[in-house]
Amino acid sequence: MSKQTFDLAAQSLRELNSALHALNGQTNQTAWDVVNPKGSHAIAAGLDAPLDVTVHGSTGYYCAGMNKHATVRIKGSAGPGVAQNMMSGAVIVDGDASQYAGATGRGGLLVIKGNASSRCGISMKGIDIVVHGNIGHMSAFMAQSGNLVVLGDAGDALGDSLYEARMFVRGKVKSLGADCIEKEMRPEHYDLLEDLLRRGEADAKAKPEEFRRYGSARKLYNFNIDNADAY
Amino acid sequence: MTSEFPHTPPRKSYTFSDAANAEIRRAAASGIYDIRGGGTKRYLPHFDDLLFLGASISRYPLEGYREKCSTDVWLGTRFAKNPIHLDIPVTIAGMSFGALSGPAKEALGRGASAAGTSTTTGDGGMTEEERGHSKTLVYQYLPSRYGMNPDDLRRADAIEVVVGQGAKPGGGGMLLGQKISDRVAMMRNLPKGIDQRSACRHPDWTGPDDLEIKILELREITDWEKPIYVKIGGARPYYDTALAVKAGADVVVLDGMQGGTAATQDVFIEHVGQPILACIPLAVKALQDLGMHRKVQLIVSGGIRTGADVAKAMALGADAVAIGTAALVALGDNDPVFEAEYQKLGTTAGAYDDWHEGKDPAGITTQDPELYNRFDPVLGGRRLKNYLKVMTLEAQTIARACGKNHLHNLEPEDLCALTMEAAAMARVPLAGTDWYPGKNGF
Repeated sequence: MSKQTFDLAAQSLRELNSALHALNGQTNQTAWDVVNPKGSHAIAAGLDAPLDVTVHGSTGYYCAGMNKHATVRIKGSAGPGVAQNMMSGAVIVDGDASQYAGATGRGGLLVIKGNASSRCGISMKGIDIVVHGNIGHMSAFMAQSGNLVVLGDAGDALGDSLYEARMFVRGKVKSLGADCIEKEMRPEHYDLLEDLLRRGEADAKAKPEEFRRYGSARKLYNFNIDNADAY
Repeated sequence: MTSEFPHTPPRKSYTFSDAANAEIRRAAASGIYDIRGGGTKRYLPHFDDLLFLGASISRYPLEGYREKCSTDVWLGTRFAKNPIHLDIPVTIAGMSFGALSGPAKEALGRGASAAGTSTTTGDGGMTEEERGHSKTLVYQYLPSRYGMNPDDLRRADAIEVVVGQGAKPGGGGMLLGQKISDRVAMMRNLPKGIDQRSACRHPDWTGPDDLEIKILELREITDWEKPIYVKIGGARPYYDTALAVKAGADVVVLDGMQGGTAATQDVFIEHVGQPILACIPLAVKALQDLGMHRKVQLIVSGGIRTGADVAKAMALGADAVAIGTAALVALGDNDPVFEAEYQKLGTTAGAYDDWHEGKDPAGITTQDPELYNRFDPVLGGRRLKNYLKVMTLEAQTIARACGKNHLHNLEPEDLCALTMEAAAMARVPLAGTDWYPGKNGF
């Protein structure tokens, strides 16, 4: 198996994604280095094979968007919408992530080793997100399912109007959004969290018992006039 | 003592009409705004207020049954490797599985494919019924992203980024608990039976500069094969069209306020947006100002019912139209044959709009198996095909009478307006004059 290197200073984004899309599960060209990303958008978007792509530098919008099966590691920071609508696989950001990280993700694992900006995990639908630092306001807005783990603090309106997603925050939560409440940590949540921290490369930094769990109060699931002020 | 003079006859207020008072009482009793399906029910200036001039000494007509009048349309010729070629310029607008039953979606696919046109998914993901029965399927990319996945993106024939909808520009979707069945809940990743309210704007982009990058991402994911449509509601059609073009759209879909919805607040349907007649000329002007008319195609929708409406929309500069409500009526929605059942629901055929309640006697806007199993998708598909063919024949009839050998050759000069309002909106002369309001500054 040879490692492929792709230089975005010499070749185009289209050539990169076209080459990656041409690979399937039977390829032996699974390891790729992408150099000179220089904030390009949509790097490694739409992958559909168990590739291992390392981007050496910071990326623009939608890196690894709609990822399936692949592992994409960003040796830098990620622009807005990293791993948006990810289906499976893993995306690891060594630096910070801009807004909408992991938006609408349906599966897989997103790890952000720095901080994540606003709307992290917005509308998430099954993805697991582990943020080693802090997350910004309106994170997990309308989050439907999946897990959001935050080792640092959360900004305003965490989990506003969420459905069945779980959130675990170790630090302070500035405020909770509509219909989001703190919930009891039960044994299964400690087990879940232990696994998430391990997979999120954060088990050396935090222990499950240091976290609080947040989720939906389920009071806005059906319209009730007595809750009108919350809408 | 009784007066010997006649009483003043009872006089009801125009402002506080029976309908207005009934709504006040309903709001007071329930504490919630009125939710319903469909489009606006108010009077609006519309295509009915335009007429074709027909041929004369200076324009000669084409022979009705012998001389060719083509109807095909290419969509997505700007950037897509695989643009779409349709036999007729009447497409089926986006309507979700969830809002509609599986058999109804199947019927739309059957009818559209038989007539040589496309169907469109909706706010609930792509079903096998519609993919399997639609030769050409447009996959909507909506703020909710319910069911969104790259496999369906790749098996779609085009992608429609939905920014707005004519019935509710600035509003998100709504699907109440009665229609969140097990299957709908699973496809949308939601708990069964909840009142689902979709987001009104996309979760991972805002504004035209972001949209440009989002379109780039969708093109990259699909290897630049698929046409990318951008759908806008009739809010600010000049600027929205220009910005969609700037963002890289292949096709702009413009939906006026007559366009329907599965469910939203009545106040939204009736009070937000502009009629399609007012929107088309502004969108066409934006395309012309950018030198992109006919290069970025324009599909318009909202109140299209007949071939005359199709011809008028195209004469104003559209490349194609989309129908939603009319397609449902063709399938059997609001058919008087179900009058007894409409009466039981407290309504009447032609007025039934509680689509969100999922009790549709026609089996179209429901997830109740007992109701949707009444609906025959093969028959429904045949009815839709017939209707689409009739619309096309009607539009051809008019085009030939105007001397055009292709529907796309219809032009504003073929039209006049019956009212000042229509003349001003459509920017075609008031009948009997060479003037419309605003022309030459007057």
